[in-house]
Amino acid sequence: MPSSNDWINNPLGVVEEMFVQSNSNPEWEAKVLEYFKGKLKEKQAYSWIPSLNDVPLHYLKPNSLVKFRCLVQDMFDPEFYMGVYETIDPSTKAKVLRFGKYKDVTECGVDLNSRNTVTAERQTFYCVPIPGETLWEAFLNHSHTYARSSQARVVPSTSYIPSRQKRSYEEDDEMDTQPQKQREPHTGGSPQLHANGDSKRQETEAPSGQTTSPSNASSPLDLNFPLPGERGPACLVKVYEDLDSFKLNDMLEVYGILSVNPLLSVLSSLLDPTESMETPEEQRAHDPPASLVPRLHMLHARPLQHNNPLLCMFIYVVSSFMVEMASVRAEFLAYLTHILLGDGLAAEYLLLHLISSVYARRDVLPLGKFTLNLSGCPPNSSFTESLHQVIQELVPCTYRLSMTLHNMNSLRLVPRKDYVANRLVSGALQLARNTSLVLDETRLEQGQLDASGVQNITALGNLISWQKVDYDFNYHQMEFPCNINVFVTSEGRSLLPSDCQVPLQPQVTPPNLEEYLSTVHKAQLTSQINKFRVYLSVAQTLDYSISDEVTKAVEDDFVDMRKDDPQSVSAEDLHRMLVVARLLSLSLGQTSLSREGWMRAKHIDMLRRTRSQPQTTVNGNEP
Amino acid sequence: MSSPTSTPGGRKRNRNDIPATRKLRATSSESTISSSLQIDHVLFYNDILQTVSERPSVLTQSCQYPFLIFAVLPSEVDMSSPLMYGTPSSRVEGTPRSGARGTPARQRPDLGSVRKAPQVDLHSEPPSADGAVASEPSVGQKLVIWGTDVNVGTCKEKFQRFLQRFIDPTSNEDENAGLDLNEPLYMQKLEEISVVGEPVLNVNCGHVQSFDADLYRQLICYPQEVIPTFDMAVNELFFERFPDSILEHQIQVRPYNALKTRNMRSLNPEDIDQMITISGMVIRTSQLIPEMQEAFFQCQVCAFSTRVEVDRGRIAEPAVCRHCNTTHSLALIHNRSAFSDKQMIKVQESPDDMPAGQTPHTTVVYAHNDLVDKVQPGDRINITGIYRAVPMRENPRQSNVKSVYKTHIDAIHFRKTDEKRLHGLDEEADQKLFTEERVKTLKELAAKPDVYERLSSALAPSIYEHEDIKKGILLQLFGGTRKDFSQTGRGNFRAEVNILLCGDPGTSKSQLLQYVFNLVPRGQYTSGKGSSAVGLTAYVMKDPETKQLVLQTGALVLSDNGICCIDEFDKMSESTRSVLHEVMEQQTLSIAKAGIICQLNARTSVLAAANPVESQWNPKKTTIENIQLPHTLLSRFDLIFLMLDPQDEAYDRRLAHHLVSLYYQSEEQIEEELLDMAVLKDYIAYARTYINPRLNEEASQALIEAYVDMRKIGSGRGMVSAYPRQLESLIRLAEAHAKVRFSDKVETIDVEEAKRLHREALKQSATDPRTGFVDISILTTGMSATARKRKEEVAQALKKMIQSKGKTPAMKYQQLFDDLRGQSEAAITKDMFEEALRALADEDYLTVTGKTVRLL
Repeated sequence: MPSSNDWINNPLGVVEEMFVQSNSNPEWEAKVLEYFKGKLKEKQAYSWIPSLNDVPLHYLKPNSLVKFRCLVQDMFDPEFYMGVYETIDPSTKAKVLRFGKYKDVTECGVDLNSRNTVTAERQTFYCVPIPGETLWEAFLNHSHTYARSSQARVVPSTSYIPSRQKRSYEEDDEMDTQPQKQREPHTGGSPQLHANGDSKRQETEAPSGQTTSPSNASSPLDLNFPLPGERGPACLVKVYEDLDSFKLNDMLEVYGILSVNPLLSVLSSLLDPTESMETPEEQRAHDPPASLVPRLHMLHARPLQHNNPLLCMFIYVVSSFMVEMASVRAEFLAYLTHILLGDGLAAEYLLLHLISSVYARRDVLPLGKFTLNLSGCPPNSSFTESLHQVIQELVPCTYRLSMTLHNMNSLRLVPRKDYVANRLVSGALQLARNTSLVLDETRLEQGQLDASGVQNITALGNLISWQKVDYDFNYHQMEFPCNINVFVTSEGRSLLPSDCQVPLQPQVTPPNLEEYLSTVHKAQLTSQINKFRVYLSVAQTLDYSISDEVTKAVEDDFVDMRKDDPQSVSAEDLHRMLVVARLLSLSLGQTSLSREGWMRAKHIDMLRRTRSQPQTTVNGNEP
Repeated sequence: MSSPTSTPGGRKRNRNDIPATRKLRATSSESTISSSLQIDHVLFYNDILQTVSERPSVLTQSCQYPFLIFAVLPSEVDMSSPLMYGTPSSRVEGTPRSGARGTPARQRPDLGSVRKAPQVDLHSEPPSADGAVASEPSVGQKLVIWGTDVNVGTCKEKFQRFLQRFIDPTSNEDENAGLDLNEPLYMQKLEEISVVGEPVLNVNCGHVQSFDADLYRQLICYPQEVIPTFDMAVNELFFERFPDSILEHQIQVRPYNALKTRNMRSLNPEDIDQMITISGMVIRTSQLIPEMQEAFFQCQVCAFSTRVEVDRGRIAEPAVCRHCNTTHSLALIHNRSAFSDKQMIKVQESPDDMPAGQTPHTTVVYAHNDLVDKVQPGDRINITGIYRAVPMRENPRQSNVKSVYKTHIDAIHFRKTDEKRLHGLDEEADQKLFTEERVKTLKELAAKPDVYERLSSALAPSIYEHEDIKKGILLQLFGGTRKDFSQTGRGNFRAEVNILLCGDPGTSKSQLLQYVFNLVPRGQYTSGKGSSAVGLTAYVMKDPETKQLVLQTGALVLSDNGICCIDEFDKMSESTRSVLHEVMEQQTLSIAKAGIICQLNARTSVLAAANPVESQWNPKKTTIENIQLPHTLLSRFDLIFLMLDPQDEAYDRRLAHHLVSLYYQSEEQIEEELLDMAVLKDYIAYARTYINPRLNEEASQALIEAYVDMRKIGSGRGMVSAYPRQLESLIRLAEAHAKVRFSDKVETIDVEEAKRLHREALKQSATDPRTGFVDISILTTGMSATARKRKEEVAQALKKMIQSKGKTPAMKYQQLFDDLRGQSEAAITKDMFEEALRALADEDYLTVTGKTVRLL
């Protein structure tokens, strides 16, 4: 049996051994999977494996076992490959049986006419790092895995800083005005970084001296990230088992064998272009140089329910955390109240919004969504940005979309199928589950929306009301359900639909808003922030039920309310109050609705309504 | 008997480049056989011999030939080797009978008759098979194709028998329209070929299967070998029957409908080199690619010419001229080489048969010769073809190979699934296939007495109550029976039911629409706010590349045979709404734009939702006044429902219970209670496809009575309460209800339910708020009869008043209004006053200019 670290450094060797032992019995495939699954179950095993997210590609050893935390952005067509084949040594004429699984390129001298060839099927997924992943998360993941993974690296380096840096404040501002221009230098930047590292490897590994064709190296490759300005490695994941269990936009942690064989790009460039069935665009999309988009042969994949590393790492045990829930909630609420300029009610609603999640669908109706519209935000200030920065510190994934006219008219929000390149061109709404999407409507000015602007607004509306995005497949549209927490900040009532609108009533008016926010923000200890992070993830994943007794009470209550004032209480209001009640209970760590919970929900809803009513009349002319 | 030399063959036959000695040998052996053997055998051997003679190297490269034919030769033929190589049919040059003279064979690149290396070797058998074959040298089994169990002779015989005998009395394919179903089907088709002259015979594999399962299996497993055999058989039969017919080339057999129509997703390595039928949508077609079949080389020194066939996609350039022995003197002459047409087509899985949450798969299809340009992007097609997998080409400079195969389908037959729409045949466009168990469950469900209630409650379970509305929508989903009166000049009767929902905002109208849109396969969802007339109908666009005018269809045409859901119907602009008039009654759409004048079918049901103008429904006003829609459009809706907030306690309680349970019940509980959406979908699809109910005597009587009753109600008060349109609505609804029961007859109960539902809808929408009576004229003329009567009364009163004032040529407007108000007992609004003035102006009694009223 292979030694303890071999399965990380040389997984193909392990597979080879099993293949030879099996004596062409097809069971070897299952054995391999079992072996690696067993190894991965070992305590701390996951932390030994270097992660493609944190370690730059050129530090990783080719053909070693790596992990990759990613989102399935596109699924390519299944391909047939030689699962088992025979090679003939040109000099000795000796035939050797070899396996093609987990490999891109065959050995020399394949006998194409051999009867022992086994054709098998695999599928390629185009995976990108989880869009909108926040810096704290990347950093935490990094600090937990990187320290122990140095053994897998080619060159140990102490001065290494994570290459994935979040957009800074200033960049954000720039992006608002010229989002398209900003894109290219970003995507163009990363290939260069990798290309340098790759040329080194090519010298050592491909003595034949063949370099990647210049056309690929010179023009920057569009890595097709959903959000503009993202960077990080994209990866072609080759999937061998359970093809049907994966879905588009799934969050996965893939454990697989890294393949960066430079021969791949050489081989494809040597193919006669006229003979090929693919257009050049298609080839570029499906067969990008391995140095830019490495291949990953999947051995095991773990679907991620959430990507909060604090929970993944078992640093906090959920059951023991439950006891603290109420106290953490109080602290958290106080913190949010500070951030929202002393408005306790808005803070309460923001908290509820942050733990909301679509937990079920009844035919077309998504249940559990809670889109919050915070109106009355100070215009022409960076309030929303600051708020977003706070949210960034709290949730694993978030993105702020500045709804300027220019952005609305020029951004591509909805993913679209490009039939020429045969791939799904991503859009900003292709997000992982429970991503927090902050829409900054305070930036929207008067002006003309063009056709694509109208489409974008419609897409946002659909996202909010039905939690679905209709991907554009040119000849038809395809509906993909999603689970995105949408938070809209606006001056007046938002033009987008929302489940709940809360007008902000600042209790304090600091002379310098930004300074105030950043001091509040910095005053929090990291340990406390970590607690908040865990709190949010735990509350989001709790189960919930309503007892028959409470059901009855709620029903009675509703009937009474209707009796008093049938105009003001509608079915929609009941819908919303039920969601609020659910989230309130969960936020306190209670997994079933109590009478008090219901009363509380009613109470805060009442407060909210009394607050918004005068405002709607004031703004009645506005929308 | 025709001697081989006199047979005008294809290109190969007439070649003059065969070395003299070999040619001599070939002709001599041919002539010896021809005297003693049957003609087809002669030709076959003839071909074999030629192949042998042309390629001296053939015997050493056995693996190059997928068609190795082991022939146990009759004793008369003296051959040096018992092994013969060649391909049947497509290489058989000339036609078997004298009548076929001048009919050249045509290569079939779709079958890969161009020699290829063994593909992915799924049916490679050791060459030891030749011993097995040689051991049974019966006369009937002379030939077995290497690597298969196909015996050319038997196979041919079986197929000929199939052609001569197969009868399918129950056939309902549109291709067979006009054929006598009790005569052998394919013989009639051959006759058609002789008349039309299109040398293609489409064969339904389902027919082959029911006739001879073994033959069918062979066809599926070894299409590359069996189809050429079929070709051979058909040609023999055809020229025997129609010796004088002249065809462009020999008849080619094109099988279709192999096995079941397979999903693109289910293709796997086992299907390689087999015949498959998959369905999908064309997304891209390439330019025409000329593919070289045969290269023509000419020696630069002595002008000696030679031909080289393409072998595995490569042409081996002859290094030495055989005539003058000069090396490297041969040059390729392009315009004397033979090319065939080829086109690459990308096909994408149709959205209906893919699992949720995944992206659609695509497949590359190659079309050859006359199949090129048969399909356009956007077409939904069924392709029958051979699935191929080719390893990435070996490169001389690189010893490693990418371990991936490139897959594609060589198309043999295309069948457009939405073709019927263009021809306007009365069949459902996509005949959904149902398994037997599914049909059984559906029928069991249909037999239940409360199926109607069950289905309607399964519809949008998250929406509370509104039972009648759900029932109406359910009937809309089923639709009436399509009737054709075009012979009597009336054209098609509308079978689709149109429904309008109006009511307060926030009564989940949009949700109902969303649900319906998700339920039906051909649903379209648009919002009246965002859609223009162009987006709804069709528009003409110029293709930037080809400068061709292309007709782009809009939502209404796309939802042909489906449902078009239009939200915010009232927000639609006037011009957009006007296109709906034609669609909603005639079910067609006329386009006259940019030189394209056509009429498209738009047999769509419209499900529309409208909000009241004053945001809240005003119960004191009529429907028309509330939603401000032209009555011409409203009268085209079969059912108009009001979705109002009922505001009573019992309702509130049930609503609350419903909503709360929605939030805490688990998925399983819900499923137990209600029908699955998939079952509902299948149920509707099945009923729409197979059930065509007709009125029986009783039902007709009941309908007549119902109609007469409806008219009677009104006539008592001088109103008309029903028009023939309402009768048609009733018929449609009754038919739809019969469909729900899976009944072929419309019976009285169906009529009763139709009446009830119709009455309910009328009660809601056509009640005159002033009198409380149902008055259909609200919907048909936009004004209730009482309102009209009142208008006249006011006008008369005004006239009387003016007359009583004596001769005053001009009056003040305000003065007149005040006088009238003072005189009248009932309150008179300014609107009413103006209406009265207008009525009098119409009578040419007075004119109104600004603030003065003048008598004429």
